[in-house]
Amino acid sequence: MIWAAFLALLSHWRHRPLQLVTLIIGITLATALWSGVQAINAEARASYARAASILDQNGLPQLLPKNGDTIPMAVYAKLRRAGWSVSPVIEGDYRFGPFRVRLIGIEPLTMPIENRIFAPSDSSELVDFISKKGLLVVSPATAARLKDVAGMPLKIYEDIPDDAAFTDIGAADRLLNRKGSLSRIVMATGQRPDLPALETVAPELISQSADDRPDMARLTDSFHLNLTAFGFLAFVVGLFIVYSATGLSFQQRRATFRTLRSLGVSLQSMTAMLLVEIMLFALISGVLGVLIGYFLASALLPGVAATLRGLYGASVPGSLSFRPEWWLAGMAMALAGTALSSFQSLWRVRRMPILAAAQPRAWAGMSAITLRLQALAGAILFGISVFLAFAGSGLASGFGVLGALLLASAFLLPAFLSRSLRFAEGRSSDALAVWFWADTRLQLPGLSLALMALLLSLAVNIGVGTMVSSFRLTFLGWLDQRLVAELYVTARDEAEAARLREWLPKHSDAVLPIWSVEGNVLGDRLQIFGVADHPTYRDHWPLLNGLPDVWNRVAQGDGALVNEQLWRVKGVQPGQTISLSDGWTVTVVGIYSDYGNPKGQAIVGLDALVQHYPNLAKLRYGIRIDPALAPDLKLQILREFGLPESNVIDQASLKRQSQAVFEQTFAVTGALNVLTLAVAGFAMFASLLTLSGIRLPQLAPVWAMGVRRRDLALLEIARTLALWCATFIAAIPVGLALAWVLLAIVNVEAFGWRLPMMIFPADWLWLGAVAFVASVLSVLLPVMRLATVNPADLLRVFANER
Amino acid sequence: MTLAGATRNEMLLSLSNIVKSYQTAEGGIEILRGVDLDLAAAESVALAGESGSGKSTLLHLAGGLDRPDSGIILMNGQDVGALDDSGRARYRRREVGLVFQQFNLIPSLNVAANISFHAKLAGRFDVDWERELVDRLGLGDLLTRYPEQLSGGQQQRVAIGRTLAARPPLVLADEPTGNLDEATGDAVLDLMLSLSRSAGSALLLVTHSTRLAGKLDRKVFLRGGKIVP
Repeated sequence: MIWAAFLALLSHWRHRPLQLVTLIIGITLATALWSGVQAINAEARASYARAASILDQNGLPQLLPKNGDTIPMAVYAKLRRAGWSVSPVIEGDYRFGPFRVRLIGIEPLTMPIENRIFAPSDSSELVDFISKKGLLVVSPATAARLKDVAGMPLKIYEDIPDDAAFTDIGAADRLLNRKGSLSRIVMATGQRPDLPALETVAPELISQSADDRPDMARLTDSFHLNLTAFGFLAFVVGLFIVYSATGLSFQQRRATFRTLRSLGVSLQSMTAMLLVEIMLFALISGVLGVLIGYFLASALLPGVAATLRGLYGASVPGSLSFRPEWWLAGMAMALAGTALSSFQSLWRVRRMPILAAAQPRAWAGMSAITLRLQALAGAILFGISVFLAFAGSGLASGFGVLGALLLASAFLLPAFLSRSLRFAEGRSSDALAVWFWADTRLQLPGLSLALMALLLSLAVNIGVGTMVSSFRLTFLGWLDQRLVAELYVTARDEAEAARLREWLPKHSDAVLPIWSVEGNVLGDRLQIFGVADHPTYRDHWPLLNGLPDVWNRVAQGDGALVNEQLWRVKGVQPGQTISLSDGWTVTVVGIYSDYGNPKGQAIVGLDALVQHYPNLAKLRYGIRIDPALAPDLKLQILREFGLPESNVIDQASLKRQSQAVFEQTFAVTGALNVLTLAVAGFAMFASLLTLSGIRLPQLAPVWAMGVRRRDLALLEIARTLALWCATFIAAIPVGLALAWVLLAIVNVEAFGWRLPMMIFPADWLWLGAVAFVASVLSVLLPVMRLATVNPADLLRVFANER
Repeated sequence: MTLAGATRNEMLLSLSNIVKSYQTAEGGIEILRGVDLDLAAAESVALAGESGSGKSTLLHLAGGLDRPDSGIILMNGQDVGALDDSGRARYRRREVGLVFQQFNLIPSLNVAANISFHAKLAGRFDVDWERELVDRLGLGDLLTRYPEQLSGGQQQRVAIGRTLAARPPLVLADEPTGNLDEATGDAVLDLMLSLSRSAGSALLLVTHSTRLAGKLDRKVFLRGGKIVP
């Protein structure tokens, strides 16, 4: 009995294969985009965790200096003598020729076993590692880069992240010129219980417990949240398709439900059968979705990896590994999402009286009350969004503003469209025009979800597009200001650098050293650059804010410039005094913009920097010369010093490289934008296809009164275009508000820089054209069906027994 | 070629030897087997017959909603069967008014807009005539309502108003009172007859009811696919 009833229910899909395909595609798309994004996030997070575990030993408790940025070796010795099981680490950025790597010097014999990079059996390698010649343990990619410039043997180790190198602490001390000053001390987890307290042995140190959340994971939170938001948006849009398709299938089967109930199938059994049916589809589509998500993630991951490297300096592999957690999460989302989007239809079936009318009624009737309630919810959410925008703080609040704004606009859209259509209807005098607008309003309930999806995707496209274009324009202008030297030269070692310092002034207008150190400023390790006193900086450097006489004070060594990130995140103000290293304090005299860098940075006078860090690496130089003479000078330098071409870069190439990094950074965003719009287009197509199945009774009377099928079909196209057009118009202010939130709140919170907002109407026109093509495509099949409908089908509408 | 105002003796509609069959899973079924029927201008004729005898099919053919397999349908001398899709659409718009048992009002338009819709499409909208129709049909208080807010009787009165507002030469009504109770049905039919006469329209009305058929000028039967007296 139950099996027969189940087969009877399933037989519906045999007669409506297109509807079944729509349903399957809806769940598949929703799952694919969601699980694809989750796969990328899972891969990146695993990579951060791996890197942090290896590079930072963050799985172990550590000891750090309370003040300053180094620990004297004597403090370490005191701890060892007191019985503490600890191991020293010296680390810092080191440049091997043109390549900068993070050099981590460890003491392999005392390093706790959890973080040893050699197994105890590798005794010969251990000997090489601690030998005077030294050994660099690096990833295959880093080995490929360093093989000609490292000047010491390389050992490849697969698990080490790119752009990092492990070496013996002695070698690191020598290379980084630390003179026995340690960066940190790693503690073993199982310390003896009778040890003297840290405060007694080494009061100058503080203990930091083991942390399983790497810094990089925190730093990139906003990026991954952004990706998740895109994935979730696409998921929700996909569920709109599922909602329409299941809603229609349930409506069309009302007669079957009634018959089955009359034949003795209990309400519980029927609900259970429908649930099994829908879960069966969710399961099949979920598997398909996760598979497509995997391929999507594989396609997008190289772009994401480039973005993370460009924005945060994070190293993420460009290939995807199989992770059961997101497969399972993807399947769970498919099942839960399908259940959620079918809930209303199932609920209606449960409440349907056994003798309910069998005719399919309006597909998703939306009363005026529903419309008003939606508009009210939209208004409240809009109020929340405005409140959070001006009263909230933090990244979570920024995303709260975004979420509330998008939801508010989606909820307000049907009321906006209804009012617009009513207005158009009131302004029309022609009977067919009046009917056109009134009938369009009648279709709103059935199309509102798809239109909301469309609004969201268009608004996100406009918002993110405006943000990216504003960023691009500002960034390019900023690059023009920052990259003013005609050539940038990097020496391979200090001896070569000294020769360059001798040679270059005789062959150029000016030589501008680009020297930096890593220092502890306001509790964070960040780059401190030194600048020469030269008009290049005075005339070009992009200052946002500054005290009078900025450059003279920097040149004199008592003033420092800080970047916008440090200003915003640490609240550093001009006039404030900050400490740059042990005992060196300077006054902040200006703030400069520093787009693309998520970390704080400071600039001081070159002489002052060299005075406080006499052993800093002096490898890089900017060269000022008549631009026409730059190519010749480049050739001369290459010939004179035998430098590889990558060590002498001209301004145009550097700008080109920076622009390429910028474009790559937003390539993923662009791809997700297009995908979301495509899903919204498909949602519209699914809704129109669904509606076309119940349109005949509404259109047949108009046909009977003398309007041709062809004209009706053209009016259907016009109707869809009118709705798309109105939605597009509504999406423009929403998108601009979104862009403002991204530029003024989210970017500031996430990266620490604020960009000016610029408007790009030509981009909207382009998006409008894409939306126009998508709208025509979405309506094509339903309209072709209508234009070629058999008159017998139209006549059936007038039959007395339907 | 409007025939409004024609006198009763002028021939308006002439159906000659109309044949129509339908394809079903079991094969073709010939539903009309050579129907002949004439209707004079402003004449009212009741078309009766058993269920499935082809009454609605005949009405659809006369209304230009469908084409006969063979035979000639002349409306005021013009061959309706020979018209293309656009010609038949124009014919339905200007020469015919249709009233159905299911009312088939336009759900998106309110009562006022439903009533004026066909007249405006036909280019024969007349405010005074519409006002008179609304008064006589008792729809004055319902003009801003939508079809879903009306009873069956009210909906049928709106459907009649919509048809007659266009003053079509020919009104074709397919069991317009079939969904109404006897008293309401009688009232609706009386109104329809009276208003058709005021509009100068001929009326071909399909009905099962002998009693209702008796109210019309003439009564014909469709049996075995042919008209019998």
